[in-house]
Amino acid sequence: MLDMIKGVFVDNGFITSFLVVGLTMWLAYFISNKFTKGMIHGSAIAILLGLVLAYLGGVVTGGTKGISDVSFLAGMGFLGGSMLRDFAIVATSFGANFDEIKKAGFRGVISLFLGVILSFVIGAIFAVLFGYKDAVSITTIGAGTATYIVGPVTGAALGASSEVIAISIAAGLVKSVLVMVGTPFIAKYIGLNNPKTAMVYGGLMGTTSGVAGGLAATDPKLVPYGAVTATFYTGLGCLLAPTLLYLITNMIF
Amino acid sequence: MIYGVAILAGCFLVGTVFGELIGSLMGVDSNVGGVGIAMLLLIVVVDKLVKAGKITKPSLDGLSFWNQMYIPVVIAMAASQNVLGALTGGPLAIVAGIAVVAISWACVPLLSGKQKEEEEPSFTTTVIRGEADA
Repeated sequence: MLDMIKGVFVDNGFITSFLVVGLTMWLAYFISNKFTKGMIHGSAIAILLGLVLAYLGGVVTGGTKGISDVSFLAGMGFLGGSMLRDFAIVATSFGANFDEIKKAGFRGVISLFLGVILSFVIGAIFAVLFGYKDAVSITTIGAGTATYIVGPVTGAALGASSEVIAISIAAGLVKSVLVMVGTPFIAKYIGLNNPKTAMVYGGLMGTTSGVAGGLAATDPKLVPYGAVTATFYTGLGCLLAPTLLYLITNMIF
Repeated sequence: MIYGVAILAGCFLVGTVFGELIGSLMGVDSNVGGVGIAMLLLIVVVDKLVKAGKITKPSLDGLSFWNQMYIPVVIAMAASQNVLGALTGGPLAIVAGIAVVAISWACVPLLSGKQKEEEEPSFTTTVIRGEADA
């Protein structure tokens, strides 16, 4: 009987994920209203619960895809995978104001370049502080602090060791998780309550999942503005890190 | 309703094709800004259709459904992240990750310029420093 039920869940993984996410959101909004009197937004708690589930999934299965490594929850990986994530992000622009995007366009582009370079430099500095002396490793770790995709792309292009690539991915993951969780709390201190700042935020932070999740928990109206810049970041990072930024790093070390 | 979803899907695919194209022109094997292009395209297309009166309420509902599915998708995304990897990636990954986020946060007000609300830059920097040390 139990095997049969589990079989149904496994075979209909995508549908199961709707139920699981729905229950998670219900629990999150319950906690938000009951224990924080709505002070911490329900979606922020839901994202946090999602991350806790991901951690548990990692501990239980030893896999890298969070809770979706658990067989009957594999659908979570599909629902939260890049295809549906990007599709839903595009849908958020329905209702966004094009004039706002045009107005902040220039600042958005500046923040993109600054964001990639700033992240790279900080990552590189910490790589040096932790004793890495070769330009390839320093560049790879610097790229990883941009996003967890830029790191391995750069590392693979430059021939970095797998240990260094793993560190670069982990640094990008820490960034993404921290942005997701921290954005609603830091928002009021950095004036993150309007489309222009959201676009700058997307460009500076760059991690699409972090920015999209963090802004959703802060104010869902800001998501399209942050996402519109953030989605250019990883591409720009993959372009700059193994080329220009590597050459500069190589000249210094 | 399917028309709205179809418009969304069309914009998504066109944007992705352009993103891949830009990527290959730059010599990067990834989608560069495809989602951003798709977003801008969707805004323009929907705006044109609404102004021309050529889009029906059900079609708009199709768009609005996926718009609202966004948060559930993000939760599923959070639940599929390699959080264990982030926490066990060693001190360098954790320290660098925290530092980059804290410093980037501090830079947001500098770049976004003056807002109408009063900012307290000194307060912000103290908070950020505290976190960077932790």
